Amino acid sequence: MNFKHKFVFLFPGLFVLIGILIFPIIFTIRLSLSGWNSYTPEMNFIGITNYIRLFTDDPRFWESFFRLSFLSVTTVILQYVIGFALAMMVWREIKFKRFFRVIFLVPMMTTPVIMTVIWRTFFHESLGPVNDLLGGLGVKPILWLSDPIIAKFTVIIVEVWQWTPFMFLLLLAGLLSLPKEPFLAAAIDGASPFRKFVYVTFPLMAPISIGAIIIRLIEASKIMDTVFVLTSGGPGTATETSSFYIYIKGLREFQMGYAATLSFTYLVIMIISLTIIAKVLTKLMIKE
Amino acid sequence: MSKLYTFLKYFFITFWTVFVVAPFLWAVSTSFKDFQSVNSKVTYIPWLDFEPTLEGWRVLVKSPAKGGVDIVEPYFNSIFVTCTASLISIVLGTLAAYALSRFTFKAGFVRNNDITFFFISQRIMPPIVLSIPFFIFLSTIGLLDSLLGLVVVYIVLLMPIAVWIMVDFFNRVPKELDETALIDGCNPYQAFYKVVLPNSIPGLIVAGMFCIIFGWIDFFFAFILTFTEVQLLPVKVVALNSSITPWWSLSASALVSVAPLIIVAFIVERYLSKGNLSGALK
Repeated sequence: MNFKHKFVFLFPGLFVLIGILIFPIIFTIRLSLSGWNSYTPEMNFIGITNYIRLFTDDPRFWESFFRLSFLSVTTVILQYVIGFALAMMVWREIKFKRFFRVIFLVPMMTTPVIMTVIWRTFFHESLGPVNDLLGGLGVKPILWLSDPIIAKFTVIIVEVWQWTPFMFLLLLAGLLSLPKEPFLAAAIDGASPFRKFVYVTFPLMAPISIGAIIIRLIEASKIMDTVFVLTSGGPGTATETSSFYIYIKGLREFQMGYAATLSFTYLVIMIISLTIIAKVLTKLMIKE
Repeated sequence: MSKLYTFLKYFFITFWTVFVVAPFLWAVSTSFKDFQSVNSKVTYIPWLDFEPTLEGWRVLVKSPAKGGVDIVEPYFNSIFVTCTASLISIVLGTLAAYALSRFTFKAGFVRNNDITFFFISQRIMPPIVLSIPFFIFLSTIGLLDSLLGLVVVYIVLLMPIAVWIMVDFFNRVPKELDETALIDGCNPYQAFYKVVLPNSIPGLIVAGMFCIIFGWIDFFFAFILTFTEVQLLPVKVVALNSSITPWWSLSASALVSVAPLIIVAFIVERYLSKGNLSGALK
């Protein structure tokens, strides 16, 4: 095929994307070397002062980063297990199959922040239904949003509700595209459902699983909306994630220069750790 | 063994269904409450537990001057931004995906896969990293607090999704299709437009739905980059949350905001059951 046509197809999209992104990225790097804040809102040059501050004198950022890692890894594992289980259940014939499939997909279609607003009323400690119903069973009111440890689990519950459907969708689409022959062979050999899963379904699903887990990890590493509405990072800093901390530094305290330092470091860490996770997962799950 | 399995299966499915539906039922119930029935004790069933009122729904269409919420304008803003950004992303993303699927690119060490990865990897970018420079960038060119500014930002969010889905889809459309068209005397653009595109409609619909979902549910950029002139739906609803909590209008507006995309769940399920999605999502 003719040589130059391929560029006509590729370049509009590529250059629009690069065009929109190039400025913000260069600007972030430059800004991170400046002391831009609300007192001196200008692009001065202070070298790597901000980076030194980040690596020697900012435990709050690192805490928020480990919190984010904990939250995203936990939610993604839960989503994978639950999503896989749900997909297995509605994969083959079952009563009201299509009804359940729609129900399992619905949360993904709803706006996270808006549902979180509802969840806030749902978990309200005195006026919400959860504590009321638990109270009916004789359980003492649980501090869903104001206890530092429980609040993390509330965030996890909401995230799992919101995004398990995405995992479910990717895994079910994968299951439906699997070839039939291995299952027939297993049936002829008289394999039990459990062995069938371990030796046939799971290995066949490994590449799809890795894809789905990585996509979800990428999205989960940006947890922000839910935290913002549900707890505003609180109580204290108990549910503060990296994005939220950067937001506070940059757009509430207007320490733009330092926030840019945080952003850039965060981005680099994100890219490196996701690449490593992708490699490790591929090694672990695809054995043969 | 198999009886226990069946029992566990239905138990789990029922449990999850209840979990999925619970917040919606609660929101529906709350949207018909008034001050008394929210604040005295927890109530669930209208008429039995409390006397339902339509107040929560009525404020949605009142103008703010009369104590209403007026979510009509944010609603149309959201629809406009989501649809425009999705359309642009789909057009540009589909063209790029076609190029990446059909031609070979070489520039130094960069190959097709690297370019595809570049597109898709933009999803890794945390919104907060982009929001600060965009905030300054858009205010410099005077697009802060405008619909156009948001559309530009949303293209970055959505084009990776379009490329991701369409590259895989085009890889599954047989190459012979374009080759036959070329032999029949089409130029490459006609081959793409008249032959490949009509055969890619399922992929385009899936990509379109995903763009619309991820555009519609975004909150963060809309929150940072708009203030008073332009408001998108999620920002408007969340703003309600921070004032003294009128749970009834909050629930009503939340329900109205999430309703349209629930239809998408039905469409996705249809494609899933027909087997079209399995190809498009891998």
